[in-house]
Amino acid sequence: MTTSRSGDEPLLKVSSVSKYYGTRIGCENVSFELWPGEVLAVVGESGSGKTTLLNCLSTRLMPTSGTVSYRMRDGIFRDLYRMSEAERRFLMRTDWGFVHQNPADGLRMTVSAGANVGERLMAIGDRHYGNIRATASDWLGRVEIPGDRIDDEPRAFSGGMRQRLQIARNLVTGPRLVFMDEPTGGLDVSVQARLLDLLRGLVHDMGLAAIVVTHDLAVARLLSHRMIVMKDGHVVETGLTDRILDDPHAPYTQLLVSSILQV
Amino acid sequence: MSTETIARYNFAYLDEQTKRMIRRAILKGIAIPGYQVPFASREMPMPYGWGTGGVQVTASVIGPGDVLKVIDQGADDTTNAVSIRAFFQKVAEIAVTTHTGEATIIQTRHRIPEKPLQEGQILVYQVPIPEPLRFLEPRETETRKMHALEEYGLMHVKLYEDIAKHGHIATTYAYPVKVEGRYVMDPSPTPKFDNPKMHMSPALQLFGAGREKRIYAIPPYTRVESLDFEDHPFEIQKFDQPCALCGGTDVYLDEVILDDRGGRMFVCSDTDHCEERREAGHTGHMSEEAAQ
Repeated sequence: MTTSRSGDEPLLKVSSVSKYYGTRIGCENVSFELWPGEVLAVVGESGSGKTTLLNCLSTRLMPTSGTVSYRMRDGIFRDLYRMSEAERRFLMRTDWGFVHQNPADGLRMTVSAGANVGERLMAIGDRHYGNIRATASDWLGRVEIPGDRIDDEPRAFSGGMRQRLQIARNLVTGPRLVFMDEPTGGLDVSVQARLLDLLRGLVHDMGLAAIVVTHDLAVARLLSHRMIVMKDGHVVETGLTDRILDDPHAPYTQLLVSSILQV
Repeated sequence: MSTETIARYNFAYLDEQTKRMIRRAILKGIAIPGYQVPFASREMPMPYGWGTGGVQVTASVIGPGDVLKVIDQGADDTTNAVSIRAFFQKVAEIAVTTHTGEATIIQTRHRIPEKPLQEGQILVYQVPIPEPLRFLEPRETETRKMHALEEYGLMHVKLYEDIAKHGHIATTYAYPVKVEGRYVMDPSPTPKFDNPKMHMSPALQLFGAGREKRIYAIPPYTRVESLDFEDHPFEIQKFDQPCALCGGTDVYLDEVILDDRGGRMFVCSDTDHCEERREAGHTGHMSEEAAQ
C-alpha cells in the first residue's frame, strides 16, 4: 500500500485504552479512530474520564493498557508510547497543538504575544527575527488580535484574547491534530460565540483534525462532526453529533441532552 | 599534629576526599563540554555569592607549584579578589601574581583578561546561576530535560523579546553561548565583550557554582558560539573613546564617576592590562604624563 492515499486512512487509532488510578477507573477500554480534518467531541459530566482520556491520547499521561498510534507525516503509523521522549516532544510542538482551558497553562505569561506565537517557530530552528515577527503578526491578525498588541504580554490581555492567543501559538506550525480541553470554559457567552466562530473557521480552512473535550453540548454541536459520550470512565455512546443530540439512544445521553436548554 | 598549633588545614583548605569528588566532577565536565555536572558543594569560609564555587574548583586543581591570579570585575585590587588571593596564600602557601602572563591559574569574577590566554593556563569562573534557561523556565526538572533533548528554542525567545522591546539584542552580560554545537551554556556574568575570547581558547576554562552545586567546563580549543538571529547577528560592546589612562581602544572599559558635576572617565576594567600598557609607554588623555 502506498502512503499517498492519506485520505483513506485515519490519523489517530485508539484501541482499548484504559487508565486506572490505583483501583479507581480513569477511563476504560476506549477505542476509536480519528480521520484527517475530523473534529471529535468528547462529552460527559465532571469526573467521567474525559480529561484522563485526552491526556492519555496527547502523551501527557501514560495509559495503563491499550495503544494509541498516530500516522506521521511520512504516512507510517507509530505507537506513541513506543516513541522516544524526544520524538514525542517534537511531535507535540510541530504536528500537534494543545489548547488548555486556562490560557495561563498554555502561554508564557511574561513574554510578549509575538514571542508566544514565535516560540514554536524558534523551537523548530527558525533563526530569522524578521520572518518570525511577520509570521507572528499574521497569526495575531487571523485570531483577531490587533497588530499593535504584538509586544504586549498576555497578562495585559482579556480572557478571550488570551484564549485566541493560545490558539494562534498552537496553530503557527500548521499542525494536523489539535487537542482542546474545554476551550471556551470561563468565557462569557458572547466571547464564547466569537471564539467558536473563529475556531470553526480555522479548523475548516486548515483541515485540522481536533479532539475537543467539553461538558458544553452547544460547543460540541457547533464544532464537532462526531461525538463520544462518556460516563464513569466508559464510552456510553458514539456517533454523528447531530444524530446523538437529536436522537440520543443511551439512557445517560438522553438525560444529558434533556437536562440542558435547547440550542 | 604539631605542638605549637592545635589544628592545621589540609593543603588548599579542602580535604583530599572532597578534592577527589570535585576533580571527578571537573573531569566529567571536561568530557561533556558545557554540561552542568552536579557536585556536593561544601560550606566555605565565605558567603554564597562571593565565589564559593570558584574557590572550590581552584582548591581542587591547585598544586604547590602553581601561580595564582584572582580578579574581580577585571581588577586585582578589589575586595573579593584580595580576600580570595589571601585565602590561598594562607591555606596553600602558593605564589600569587597580578600578571596574566605569569599565572597558571586565574580565578575570575565577571571578566576574562584582555591578554590572550596560553596553553597550560586554567581560567576558573565564579558562577552565581549556572542555568541559562532559569529565568524563562523555573522548573529544574524541565530545564534538565530541555538540555538533554537539545530543546533550546526558548533561549531565542529571550533574544526575540530583547529585539522586540529595545530594537536590538540588549543582553549585555551572561550572554548565552552554544558549546561545541551541543549544550547551551551561561558564561557567568561576564560582559558579552568577552564571549569571543572563550571561542577556541588554548586555556582550560572551568566554571564553579557553589550555591547551585554545579560545575561545568570548556576544554581547550572548543567551539563557543554566541546565540543570535540571522538578521540580528551577535555583536560585542563598542566604546567611542579609548582608556583614559593607557589609551587602549580594543579593551573593555569601566566608567568612573569623578565628581557630582558630570565628570567621568573611562578606564580599562583589566587593571593588569592597563598597567602593562602604561609601563610600555602608552598614555591616555588623563594619565599622569598627560597631566604634566
